[in-house]
Amino acid sequence: MNAIEVKNLKKYFGEVKAVDDISLKVKQGELFAFLGLNGAGKSTTISIICGALKKDEGKVFVNGFDIDTDIDKIKNDIGIVFQGSALDKPLSVLENLRSRAALYGISGKEFDERMTKINEMFELEQVLKRPYGKLSGGQKRRVDFARALIHNPKILILDEPTTGLDPQSRIMVWNTVDKLRKERGLTVFLTTHYMEEAAEADFVVILDSGKTVAEGTPNFLKEKYSSDSVKVYNDVEKETLKQRNLDFTEENGYINIKAKNIAEAKKIIIENADIFDDFEIIKGKMDDVFLNATGKALQGGDE
Amino acid sequence: MTDIKFLVKRNIKMFFKDKGLFFTSLITPFILLVLYSTFLSNVYKSSFVENLPKGFKVADSLINGLVGGQLIGSLLAVSCITVAFCSNMLMVQDKFNGARDDFRITPVKSSHLALGYFLATLTCTFIICLFAMVAGLIYIACIGWYITATDILMLILTLFIMVIFGTSLSSVINFFLSSQGQISAVGSLVSSVYGFICGAYMPISTFSDGLQKVISFLPGTYGTSLIKQNALRGVFEEMSKTHFPSKEIEMIKDSIDYNLYFFDNKVSTLSMYAIISGFSIAMLLLYILMNKFSKKTK
Ligand SMILES: Nc1ncnc2c1ncn2[C@@H]1O[C@H](COP(=O)(O)OP(=O)(O)O)[C@@H](O)[C@H]1O
Ligand SMILES: [Mg+2]
Repeated sequence: MNAIEVKNLKKYFGEVKAVDDISLKVKQGELFAFLGLNGAGKSTTISIICGALKKDEGKVFVNGFDIDTDIDKIKNDIGIVFQGSALDKPLSVLENLRSRAALYGISGKEFDERMTKINEMFELEQVLKRPYGKLSGGQKRRVDFARALIHNPKILILDEPTTGLDPQSRIMVWNTVDKLRKERGLTVFLTTHYMEEAAEADFVVILDSGKTVAEGTPNFLKEKYSSDSVKVYNDVEKETLKQRNLDFTEENGYINIKAKNIAEAKKIIIENADIFDDFEIIKGKMDDVFLNATGKALQGGDE
Repeated sequence: MTDIKFLVKRNIKMFFKDKGLFFTSLITPFILLVLYSTFLSNVYKSSFVENLPKGFKVADSLINGLVGGQLIGSLLAVSCITVAFCSNMLMVQDKFNGARDDFRITPVKSSHLALGYFLATLTCTFIICLFAMVAGLIYIACIGWYITATDILMLILTLFIMVIFGTSLSSVINFFLSSQGQISAVGSLVSSVYGFICGAYMPISTFSDGLQKVISFLPGTYGTSLIKQNALRGVFEEMSKTHFPSKEIEMIKDSIDYNLYFFDNKVSTLSMYAIISGFSIAMLLLYILMNKFSKKTK
């Protein structure tokens, strides 16, 4: 059974086709990445899956339950870390967690027990009494995780969990995700616009303007959407390269020759061994995948 | 049911800890206090003394009691509504700061959410009004006390009804708001306009005839009168005892909205209670229906 299954999902905001006929499957225990630029429709899709937003068309199943008929069961199975913080800034961390837990029917002793475990996992002791709004970015994220896991969900949805965080907090987020997957077998549904995050996933769906443009394992996507290349550092006659029908570009200090795959790269080197003295083979990178699949460049770094 | 308890707790804490909500709610009562302390109380005092029958002497404390009663009446009548509106803005604020989404991903029922906002607004408004009442009573005790324990109980009861009135009215109106801009617009509109139309800044009796007729259709008007009736009953009783001409007393009562008229018919106290309660119940039903209806269509 799939943890999440979305079929032909549509959501329009007036003219804006935020989600335009998306289908996807997330396997149990998988780290699933939803990759796309700002406005691609990632958050909208997530909001629909977790019941915060009504869809226009399509079907959504979570752990086999239909979102149209069993939404309450689904809500108990999903924990979500929102893109922006959704907790109450004036209230303390403990007050926040207590009031949210109560909405899942968790209070009193049961809540205290949960808190002990959550405390251990996220080291919240220091910040429990402090107002959420006064915490640092990294501390806030830890509390967001605690909030998302307060009811022991089976699926964790993370909406751009590292955007705007400092490098250290980013590492903290990733270690947390790793730990949760190892220790609890959580299914993790992640949205991101960082390629290096998507590259760690078991399965990636690339989204552009509400539509799926590519999907597969990172290796598959690399095979399909990025090319290997041969870099030649010694001087070569451009005319000779043209005569030999090589797809090359002149870069700063070297010549780059595109190859479909390693086999072709090897062939290029062997066939041109007479003129190549100083060279290397460069394997295709995930970074190229997004560009080649969507025709748009991913923005690097923070926004 | 525990979820409602925690929602109410959360909403009350949010109101008192959110500086925007809490302090905004105190602006109108504060303006009113400033108005009274700077000139309204003097205006009332001198107009009362000028209109006294010739040669009639009245104790200072009685005049002070009369003016103080008007202050407390105006203050509470305004607070019930404006504080309720501000406190209930949490409902709107939650829509755009993410909290509503965070609620919606939990299995909590939307009717429980609505009830949570309603009960919290009711509680916050009532608490602030009680504080204002105690402060007002202390002030009156210092300048001229003619209030009995029964008056105070009736005042609290009336206050409670008025708070329900303010809460249900604000629930219906705030239901349609969804942005910070709308909060500011409606918030400042209510704070500035309500003080006038309920007769807190100037008695309704001083308005033009046409305006008085229009205002007589607004249920809140009768709330001001009811609160004034409870705060001033003792003062007028004392006036009768001191052989004040009853015609004169009725004139004073008319001039400060103790008596109100609906197209020249004096509205009885009981009718006033009925109007306020009836309107509150109607608003409440409307609010429930709106919540039900929107759940189906969204
Ligand atoms: N509530 C809304 N009303 C109108 N348009 C919206 C709303 N939410 C999202 N959109 C639009 O839908 C598109 C997708 O948004 P979103 O799902 O937030 O993208 P992402 O999370 O991938 O950045 C954007 O063009 C956005 O402006
Ligand atoms: Mg987003």
